[in-house]
Amino acid sequence: MTGERTEQAELLSGGEMLIRALRDEGVKIIFGYPGGAVLHIYDAIFHQDHVEHILVRHEQAATHAADGYARATGKAGVVLVTSGPGATNAITGIATAYMDSVPLVVISGQVESRMVGTDAFQETDMVGISRPIVKHSFIARNAAEIPLLVKKAFHIATTGRPGPVVIDIPKDTTDPRVKAPYVYPSEISMRSYSAPEKGHPGQIRKAVDALLHAKRPMLYSGGGVIQGNAAEAVTRLARLLGYPITNTLMGLGGFPASDPQFVGMLGMHGTYEANMAMHYCDVLLCAGARFDDRVTNSDVKKFCPDATVVHIDIDPASISKTVTADIPIVGAVASVFEDMIAEIERSKAKPDADTLKIWWDQINRWREKDSLRIPEPENGLIKPQQVVKLVHEMTGGDAYVSSDVGQHQMFAAQYYGFDRPRRWINSGGLGTMGFGLPAAMGAQFAFPDAVSVCITGEGSFLMNMQEFATCMQYQLPIKVICLNNQALGMVKQWQDMQYGGRYSHSTYAESLPDFVKLTESFGHVGIRISRPEELRDKLTECFALKDRLVFVDVLVDPDEHVYPMAIKGGAMKDMILSKTERT
Amino acid sequence: MRRIISILMENEPGALSRVVGLFSQRNYNIDSLTVAPTEDQSLSRLTLITSGDEARIEQITKHLNRIIDVVKLVDLTGGAHIERELMLIKLKATGARRAEVLRTVEIFRGQVVDQTDSTYSIQLTGTSEKLDGFLAAISDCKVLEVARTGVTGISRGTKVLAI
Ligand SMILES: Cc1ncc(C[n+]2csc(CCOP(=O)(O)OP(=O)(O)O)c2C)c(N)n1
Ligand SMILES: [Mg+2]
Repeated sequence: MTGERTEQAELLSGGEMLIRALRDEGVKIIFGYPGGAVLHIYDAIFHQDHVEHILVRHEQAATHAADGYARATGKAGVVLVTSGPGATNAITGIATAYMDSVPLVVISGQVESRMVGTDAFQETDMVGISRPIVKHSFIARNAAEIPLLVKKAFHIATTGRPGPVVIDIPKDTTDPRVKAPYVYPSEISMRSYSAPEKGHPGQIRKAVDALLHAKRPMLYSGGGVIQGNAAEAVTRLARLLGYPITNTLMGLGGFPASDPQFVGMLGMHGTYEANMAMHYCDVLLCAGARFDDRVTNSDVKKFCPDATVVHIDIDPASISKTVTADIPIVGAVASVFEDMIAEIERSKAKPDADTLKIWWDQINRWREKDSLRIPEPENGLIKPQQVVKLVHEMTGGDAYVSSDVGQHQMFAAQYYGFDRPRRWINSGGLGTMGFGLPAAMGAQFAFPDAVSVCITGEGSFLMNMQEFATCMQYQLPIKVICLNNQALGMVKQWQDMQYGGRYSHSTYAESLPDFVKLTESFGHVGIRISRPEELRDKLTECFALKDRLVFVDVLVDPDEHVYPMAIKGGAMKDMILSKTERT
Repeated sequence: MRRIISILMENEPGALSRVVGLFSQRNYNIDSLTVAPTEDQSLSRLTLITSGDEARIEQITKHLNRIIDVVKLVDLTGGAHIERELMLIKLKATGARRAEVLRTVEIFRGQVVDQTDSTYSIQLTGTSEKLDGFLAAISDCKVLEVARTGVTGISRGTKVLAI
């Protein structure tokens, strides 16, 4: 650590130091909610205007908003909550960010140091509760160390495999009467922490060799490609080789969906061609993905039986965790891809065009199945897939699209067609209902002039709808497209498929609110669409209202299922393709 | 397979709970664990015994390395090493038994560190196997209490775990 000389350093209280450190770290915006333990900090916020504080209406939403901001920008999202219930309310958001490796710095208030351990009012062991869902955490012991903790927190959150970091701040350390010299370290090095950068050249050569000699190659890129700003490099590599590429749910936008080399998303609700190509490939290059069970279909023994697996990841612990890598490469995906491209260009070997053509012919035959064709509307009901396609059209395919969890989420992933990274903002790992609206807020704060859309379900929306008040306060013109199937659709789908259609606690049609009136009561615009003929006009109306939040309640076919769907316990080639067809 | 993993970690509050938490979180088992500060007051050394196949041990060490407070670690069982455990044992010994116990203690190079008319308190160091062996040898006696430290260890030769 190097710092400026302390002699002339300004004297600041811990609360002032915290805010000044955030400013020095380049933070423009924080999401929070006040309470007793953080009042000194809030007073420090009041006295400055460099760091803007956004008052949410629930601490869970603060973490999701910061998370959405981080996913859209690549910078760390910052959260400020009070002790006790403020801290525990933030937990779901922290876990969400942790599962998807999103950089967050979460500052939680704590009771005074001398009270810690006494079951004081609003005391909770935040560091203990959050331990399994953070990359790291700190407790401030005094005011003077706050700047260093902030520096370390941002360093840890944003480097290597990113993740949330908690700083727990006892109230006495922010006391305005206790001042200490403020020094913000310009650099930081920690003996116990360093992030890998370059991949091993020998391993890279081996990987390139395997790829160039593949008969049935497959590229599989995940969220790490987005987080590691490697989309451009992956795209160049894929085009250089001319190989088929699939993206995980977290990796959508890592390679342009409109490119003919893209075979669609893979996994539980992946396309027929992506999953077939995975199953039959002989060399699999996995970059920044972790062979999640929603991809491998739980029985890893049946996964890609013929493939030599190359696995690139910045986190060594992700490699050979579930699927053993034949050629593991630890390193930052972008850097490894640059080296691979250089190696391919240097190498004399070229992929054999005839062999590759045979493979592409096969893939194109699988494509003919057209596994994402939208079923014909029945009984005058709107198909949810149609809605997503229209949203794509009306936003030029370039909106920030957040989503919640359920059928609507899968439809958004399958049908929006992301061409660019960081546009798809989604809780893939934890699968947190209630994520969508606050995440869309974060994206809108990051890019005020961009279109921020939240494709949600009525169930998920109800989990964080209080944020409509925040959207009014800050005039956020988010477009909420609610695929209202009047049920916990994904739960109902599983009950259809595995529980003989016994809808145990997955329906509630009779008790849903009037979403249009609800929206209007917050001061926003509500639109209802119930017939296919109105869909285009009313969606056009929605997107024309550029400076208003619009909630579009689209009544969709309540019996629609998400397909393709992996057959439980099968291989990747085993899929249900529609209500009547399976592989 | 039984493995002895020695870890140098920051002597920070919470560091130990991160290590222990990892094991319960990821369903790894800990057979024994010892921890104490080192000659460098900013570091503590933790030695733990776990078991699992090659792949599992690799995951364990990778995840341990991922903990920010972990500075360095070594799997001592990967090479020649010395391991020791300390045991304090209190047992009932009266009459002719007393001499018999003393003989066994001597064979195992233990020490009697306390005694009453009816009990002996014995201290024994060595590998866990040796301590188990002692317990088997005195299995006729009534054992009142056993306190074992768990294993600590160090590599043989010039190899060191240090920063
Ligand atoms: C917080 C939370 N609770 C429960 C679930 C389990 N779950 C997954 S999808 C789903 C239904 C979601 O309903 P809705 O938001 O209406 O979406 P739909 O599937 O109907 O499109 C539920 C309950 C979850 N993912 N998150
Ligand atoms: Mg629903």
